[in-house]
This record gives sequence, structure tokens and C-alpha cells, in this order.
Amino acid sequence: MAKLEYSFYPGCSSQKGASSSNYLVSVQTMCQELDIQLNEIPDWNCCAASIGYAGGGELPRLALSARNIALSEQHNPGQEIVATCAACWLSTRETQERLREDQGLLAEANQALAEAGLKLKNETPIKHMCEVLVEEVGYDTIKSKVKKPLEGIKIAGYVGCQTNRPFGISGESYENPKYLDKLVDTLGGDSLQGYEKKVQCCGGALAFSEPEKSQEMIKGIIEAAYDHGADMIVTPCPVCQMNVEVYQDQINATYGTKFKMPVVYYSTLMSVAFGRSAKEAALDGQVIPAKKLEALAK
Amino acid sequence: MSEINQAMVEKYRNSFLKEVEANVEEGDWVKMCMQCGVCSGSCPLGKFWDHPPQEIFMMIRAGKRDEVLQSDSMWMCTSCYNCIVRCPRALPITHIMHGLAHYAKRLGIAPKNQPTAKFAQLFWDNLMKKGRVNELKLGLSLYFMNGFSEGIKTSLKMKDIGLGMLKTKRMSPMEMLGGHAVKDVGGFQKMIKKAQELEDARVAQHGGK
Repeated sequence: MAKLEYSFYPGCSSQKGASSSNYLVSVQTMCQELDIQLNEIPDWNCCAASIGYAGGGELPRLALSARNIALSEQHNPGQEIVATCAACWLSTRETQERLREDQGLLAEANQALAEAGLKLKNETPIKHMCEVLVEEVGYDTIKSKVKKPLEGIKIAGYVGCQTNRPFGISGESYENPKYLDKLVDTLGGDSLQGYEKKVQCCGGALAFSEPEKSQEMIKGIIEAAYDHGADMIVTPCPVCQMNVEVYQDQINATYGTKFKMPVVYYSTLMSVAFGRSAKEAALDGQVIPAKKLEALAK
Repeated sequence: MSEINQAMVEKYRNSFLKEVEANVEEGDWVKMCMQCGVCSGSCPLGKFWDHPPQEIFMMIRAGKRDEVLQSDSMWMCTSCYNCIVRCPRALPITHIMHGLAHYAKRLGIAPKNQPTAKFAQLFWDNLMKKGRVNELKLGLSLYFMNGFSEGIKTSLKMKDIGLGMLKTKRMSPMEMLGGHAVKDVGGFQKMIKKAQELEDARVAQHGGK
């Protein structure tokens, strides 16, 4: 039996053929190595992220995450919910808190859920995968699994917004969280402690609706990584990963820069360091190839 | 002016603050703002807001209804949560901005052609269909949200990004045919319908008509 077991909320972007399907592949590999069993919440739905608010009012939005928690409580009883996507984690936790604070809203949410034959107890802890790694697995265990240390690879730890605020990882500061740097060091890589853009916003969903404004911020995130001599950027967030990776050609065209900075997930780093193949680490999901990791994963 | 907007103007003739408290998500926090300005200074897109959050809060108290609700400002929120964690009075500023934006949209007085207002609505409509977001259809509806010829131009501009996503299997043309969905679409939609009814009932109660 697996050492750790969770009720898993993968989220829309991790699905086959979706923008962070590579994240899921590397998370599954990482979890095999760490003996973590992920039991998917059956029939989970979208959380509306933090951009659903134009069309969705408070209760319809809360009902979305309430359905996921209720499904988890019914099908995976006693298991804590784990999300890998920052927005999924945030929406689910926010819903849980809002419905705990307001009994009237909870009653209404349950009225809505009853239409789908569900009932919310709202008792299940909701965690981000990074919390599991830092608090449950621990750096020592992670270190003991490293077969191919990421020696000599300089990695800028880009935590972003929603994995860090408003909840974040317990004991970490909002302005300078250090767990991602510690993780890089644990894997044998070189973290860049002075990387000043680690909690800078990438624009989130506004990268779609306000591309110029967002790309100006993304430019700063990449530029600072180059300033510190980074070989690549690592992030825990699917929106950060995509925004910082895929617009580099457009940014180059606008600003005359020559960016070609790989942006990887922590789970990809870990899968490579644990000795797994390039495919299992989802390195084939990089739009900008992470060549130093490919060389190591051979 | 929409009927519901007219009803709200009548009911709260002299107090926009009361209107916000009654109708805007987390609106009863507005009176707690002490005007320190940390939120405005912390906002990553702050320079693009006509009125940053601190100003919005004071304008609500000053009764500047049209200036607030018709403002482009709240739609600049990237949901980065910087303002929330830094606010010395712990106001849920991000949620209040979302709440104001939603309220303006519901009243039909949000700025026309505001790109984030449009995109946010597309996102919601997209996920409502099958319970999960269809990224391909969402992307295409975004490119074409300002009409056909604009859509072709945007699609061409985004072509290389699309190809990169296709090559790495992070985008799939199969999503055009059906695509990902929850199994219990019926139950999902009944749940949302009920939630919307309950929400509408609450709005009607506050609107008084």
C-alpha cells in the first residue's frame, strides 16, 4: 500500500490535450517515486478559476467547488483533497472557508447540490501538492530518492501568485517564500536566492485579454532570470508556466530581446532527478526545450 | 438603462455604500478601508487602473455610483492577491473588485468592449456547457470576440504559439468535436440553475422589485 494517499483534483488544464497535460504526466511520475497514491475525484468539474466572476455570481461559483468537495467526501471518504493547479487549489479552499463562515450560504449551496444528488459536509482538508511535498514527504525523503543530482544547473524558482497568496505554504513569507529554492537545492541544483521576481504576477488570465500589459510583466520575470545566470525557470503553477514559456517569441518581437528560457514544473525537475526518462518527466511537453534536463535524463 | 439598474438607483438613491454592502460580494468590508493606499501600490497593473482600489473604496463612500460601476478599473484585477495579503485591515480586496465587476455586469452598465469583461464571460459560458473548460474553443472564441476579420488577424498572430502547443500535445484539435466533459452534465446544470435561482432571489430581495 502506498505510504500517502490523497483524493486528487487534477483540474481542466491537466487533461489530455490541454495546456498543462505535461504537468500531470510529471506529477504522476514524481508520485510513483515518492509512493504517493492519487485517487482522482470522480466526475470533478471546473472551479471557474479566478476569471469566472463576470458571468458567475457568488453562489453559482461556490457551487462548483462545493460539488467537487462533496464528490470527494462521498467517493474518497477520509482522504484529504490535493490539487496541483494553483487556481483549483485556491478556489476549492476559498469555497470551503466561505461556506464555513456563512451558514446561510452553506444551506443554499446544499440546496443547489441536492439537485445533483449531493450533500456537502465541508470537513475535508484541501492541500496543494507543494504542501504535501514540504510538510508530509519532507526534504530529507526527497533527497534520499535523488539518483541524478541536477548538478551545475542554475534554476530560478518562480513561485508566482496563487500558490503563494493568500494561503501559501505554512511558515513561508508572502514576499520571499523559500521552499522552491530549497527544493532545487535538495535535488542537487543551484537555486538563485537573489531572484527578485519570484512572486511577480505574470498577468494570469489577463495574458489572454490584455496581452501587451501582461507580456510587459512576463518580460521582467524572464529578464531577471537571465540577470542571475539562470539556465531555466521552475514553477508550481500551470498558468505561470504557460504564460512565461509560450509568449517569448512575441516578447522578443516587441522588445528586441532574445529570450529562449525554458520554464519547467517542479515535478519535471524531480522526475529527472529521480532518474526517470525524459518522457516520464514530460520533457517532450516543453515548447522551449530544457536541454540540460534532456541531457541528464538520457 | 436596464430595468434592474433603474430599480437599484431608486432604492439606494442616496447611499451607494449601502447598495454595495447589500449587493456586492464581500461589499460589507468597504467601510473598513482606512485609505492607506497599500493596495494601490501593490497592484501589478496599478498604473492601468483609472481608479486604484483605495480610490474605488472612497468613491463608493462618496456616492460616485456611475464613476465606480462604469469604470474599467476593476477589470484590471489579475487576481494576484497582493492587495489581500498586504492590507493592514485584512479587507478581501480581490474579491470586492471581482464582486463590483460582477455587479456592474449584472446591471448591464460595465464598460462595453472591455476585453477582460468579455473574456471572463466567455470563460464562464464555456465551462457552463459541459462542466469543464474546453481550452481550444475558449481560445478561438477569444480570438473572434471582436468579429470575424479581427479574429483572422489574431489567429494569424497566435499561429506559432498554437503550433507549439499542438506539437507538444498541449492542445488538441479533437476538442472541437465534443471534448472533455463531466459525465453528469444534467445534474451539473440543474445544480447551477438552482444556485442561480437562489442568487437571483437574493438580488430581487435587495432590489425590492
